[in-house]
Amino acid sequence: MAELTKELSQVKGDKPADPGKDVRVHPNPEPPGKRPLDVPTGTPTVIVDDLHIVYRVYGAASDNEKGNAVNALTRILKRQGRPQMKEVHAVKGVTFVAYHGDAIGIVGRNGSGKSTLLRAIAGLLPPHKGAVYTDGQPSLLGVNAALMRELTGERNIVLGCYAMGMTPAEVREKYQEIVDFSGIDEFVQLPMSTYSSGMGARLRFAISSAKTHDVLLIDEALATGDREFRKKSEERIRQIRESAGTVFLVAHDLRVIEETCNRVIWLHKGKIKMDGDPKEVISAYNKG
Amino acid sequence: MSQPESAVADAQAGGRSGQEPLAKLAKRYGLRRAIARPRFPVYVRQLWQRRHFILTYATSRNVTKYSSSALGQLWQVLTPLLNAAIYFLMFGVILGGSKDIQNYPAFLLTGMFIFTFTQRTVTAGAKSISSNLSMIRALHFPRASLPLAYTIQELQQLAISMGVLLSLVVATQEWPTWHWLMIPVVLALQTMFNVGAGLVVARLGATMRDLNQLLPFITRTWLYASGVFFSIQDKVVEAAQLPQWVANVMYLNPAASFIEWMREILIKTHNPEFGHHPPPMVWMSCVFWAVFALGFGFWYFWRSEERYGRG
Repeated sequence: MAELTKELSQVKGDKPADPGKDVRVHPNPEPPGKRPLDVPTGTPTVIVDDLHIVYRVYGAASDNEKGNAVNALTRILKRQGRPQMKEVHAVKGVTFVAYHGDAIGIVGRNGSGKSTLLRAIAGLLPPHKGAVYTDGQPSLLGVNAALMRELTGERNIVLGCYAMGMTPAEVREKYQEIVDFSGIDEFVQLPMSTYSSGMGARLRFAISSAKTHDVLLIDEALATGDREFRKKSEERIRQIRESAGTVFLVAHDLRVIEETCNRVIWLHKGKIKMDGDPKEVISAYNKG
Repeated sequence: MSQPESAVADAQAGGRSGQEPLAKLAKRYGLRRAIARPRFPVYVRQLWQRRHFILTYATSRNVTKYSSSALGQLWQVLTPLLNAAIYFLMFGVILGGSKDIQNYPAFLLTGMFIFTFTQRTVTAGAKSISSNLSMIRALHFPRASLPLAYTIQELQQLAISMGVLLSLVVATQEWPTWHWLMIPVVLALQTMFNVGAGLVVARLGATMRDLNQLLPFITRTWLYASGVFFSIQDKVVEAAQLPQWVANVMYLNPAASFIEWMREILIKTHNPEFGHHPPPMVWMSCVFWAVFALGFGFWYFWRSEERYGRG
């Protein structure tokens, strides 16, 4: 605690012009009981500074342009621009600071830039403008993209673990744990294409949560599986959160966010509409 | 940041105006930019740490490639065999081959199989980034792992094709000699070249979407310029009466050099004045291309490391 006080006073001491304000961005400091104990809450772990993300989307031509070579040619002759390429400004100037022990829920409608923001924090999408600063390597809980449907569960576990950067020894150690957690039993010998959607989701979650992370980003991981598995995975997320410094959670299920997060950011059309206490933000979000 | 809505959000968030810039705050706490390209030696080390992923990914892709067909993995042998049959039918029987080349089947098959290795690696490499965007956007790993995995996948295929090629060559009464021990050396050099070329086209293919449409034409031109089904010396200098340096330049292209060296090893009537050894120009060209392509490819790919995934 002595360290914490020292750091906080240092933070304040650096800004003599504005002594009343803390570096903390959110307006309502939540009750201390909600935070994991003994972590210096004043230490920032993720700083997002005026972040803009622009996606390039190909093949997004409008109907009257589609699949016509003559049109394509005239377009090239007229504009010299790349045909069928559209730029999507997904995140438009987002700024916030996340601290040690924060569990931040991100809410917003479909297409409001939630997943894009997570990917940018993870360092997977280059910013168009602005920057993301992080402590350690944030990782996205999402190994799905590396898995192959035609492979057996067994091979997918190995492939997924390697894709997350594990060593062969770690893979051997975690293998049984992953199989047990997913509860797919003997199906592990069959190709993933034969799994029901619930089984696939369980295996994917089991693989991607097998690794420990500094800053963890979770994108809709809780939305799948049956009730029993859902409880199991919520428990697992709580464990991960306790060992991780900071957790970001994107979910459409507001109940999950209210239960697990101590701060909520409401994204609307790529900008922050509200940022603060979960209850307040969620009630405002429900009204809007 | 002039948008009114984010200004409102800023005000709600406690108002950052008048405080220290976030970049300075980040620096004070030792936070680093989420996207930063590691220095080149660090990058190579990271790649080495990912070798298990690269290998597993390559093997997995090979396993799934034929999983929907009834004959399954048998296609790994059938594909090169059928290819060989078609080339032989086309160039050996219908077009009548070349009278000047004594063992034309072995000449043709060697050229075709060696060229196919490079051609397939380059074609696969061009797609390695653009067809794995979802993985790049979800996981951290040195991006060069992908083109490398695609090259290793082709190398695994090559192991089978080489078995087919060697048995066919023996079937044309080219008996194994001690010089066959040089085969792995040539293939290793060619693999080095392929890795480098794959990395270069992977970066190009990541930004130039049209490269995938263009590549078949480029590789076909390359195929014709590499003397796969004719002898460059005979056609260019003796038949077309072009100066010798044109033929020499054609021999110096990497594909032609690797093919020539392999023919020297496998076919005793190919340039008998050199025995089974390659002419100095050929092996020097091979070594140069292998080293140059590998070094340049890694450097060129690494330069753009943090930009892959943007689409």
